[in-house]
This record gives sequence, structure tokens and C-alpha cells, in this order.
Amino acid sequence: MAKKLAIIASKGTLDGGYPPFILASTAAALGFEVKIFFTFYGLQLLTKELSLKVSPLGNPAMPMPVPVPSIIQIIPGLEWFATWMMKRKLKQKGVASIEQLREICLESDVELIACQMTYDLFDFKPDDMIEGINFGGAATFLEFAGDADVTLYM
Amino acid sequence: MSEYDVELDTSGLNCPLPVLKARKSLSTMETGQRLHLIATDAGAKMDIPAFVKMTGNVLIETSEHDGKLHFVLEKGQA
Repeated sequence: MAKKLAIIASKGTLDGGYPPFILASTAAALGFEVKIFFTFYGLQLLTKELSLKVSPLGNPAMPMPVPVPSIIQIIPGLEWFATWMMKRKLKQKGVASIEQLREICLESDVELIACQMTYDLFDFKPDDMIEGINFGGAATFLEFAGDADVTLYM
Repeated sequence: MSEYDVELDTSGLNCPLPVLKARKSLSTMETGQRLHLIATDAGAKMDIPAFVKMTGNVLIETSEHDGKLHFVLEKGQA
């Protein structure tokens, strides 16, 4: 019987979007049955036009070319710059884009489940989301996670 | 280098792409056929053996030269 991986994806930032899609696509390649439950900001990862960002604000571990004090990090454009820098670096190092990894997940039958409650909470519309996703709630996730071999909250 | 049927060069690509591309190539191959996988992702050194072990394929050979990792994988029973 195939092993099972259950993931809760709760972050909607560029750096937060990688771990669920990397692990899910790899697990699928290793023969796992995989389901990802997207809740709260994680729902951003299911939108058609991804505009994920990374912010140095409140994230002292993020490497910057020059040290930027927190008070300066609130200036408009800094988040845009940090995101541009991160995307450039990811590309230079041959890391797949989130879009690519998400596509591979769909191709390899990873089930992407949008949390219905937070979808309604944030007033998402069916047209905002990519094709091929399912909807569910806490019980939907727990039914699968209850006999999963690996369960991760991200 | 052992003989092989298919070559896949993932030079420049990073985790998890070498594993994902290896799986894709193997899925188009017949049992017993061999895949020569080239990678520059340092993590592939650990990841490819783990992938092979979990998917019933066989790692025939591993080597490292000119800064690249070379693996020869044999497709196992699907």
C-alpha cells in the first residue's frame, strides 16, 4: 500500500510556498499518495495569478546585500526589491518556480484542497483559483491525516 | 561507465527537479532499461539513492567527475 503524506499549507509568502510544493511533488515521485490542505494565507498558493512576495520586515534571517534597519524596511518598494532579488537568485540557482512545482503536483495527482471556511472568509471567487482543486474542511483533512504516514503543518 | 539506454542531464537544476525529472524519464522506460542521470545539485548525492530505494529501481553506479554527479539507474518492476 502506498504511503500517505498529509500537509497543511498556511503561509502565502514566496518562501513559505516552496516547502509544501517541493515535498508534495517529491513524495508523489516516490510513490506517496499526497494531499495538501490550504488554509488561511496558504490559499494564495492556489490562485491563478500568483503574486507571492517575501519581506525582510520581521524576518531578521533574510540575507540582504547591505544591512537594512527595520525602520527603513517599511518604505514602499523595499518588499518589491526583496522579492525581485529572491526570484532572481532562485532562477540563477536553477530552483523551479512555484508555478512549475504546483503544475507538477497536479500532473502527479497530488490532491490540492482549499479550506472552504477561509475561502469564504477572504471572499475568494471560483474564478480566482486554478482548475483541478477540491474543497474541504477540518474533517476532510483529518479523515486523510488520520491514517497518513507523515503529517506536516507548514 | 556502465552501458545505458537513456541519458538525462539535469546540470544547473536544483532540488527537487533532478528527482522529479528522473521519475518522469523512468516512467517512459521499460523494466530493465538503464538511465544515465547527470546532476550538479549537491543534494542529489543523497536524494537519488533515497529515491531509488523507495521506488523499486536499482542504482547500478555512482561516480563524480568534472564537478558533476553521474548515476546509472535501472528501472525495476513497475
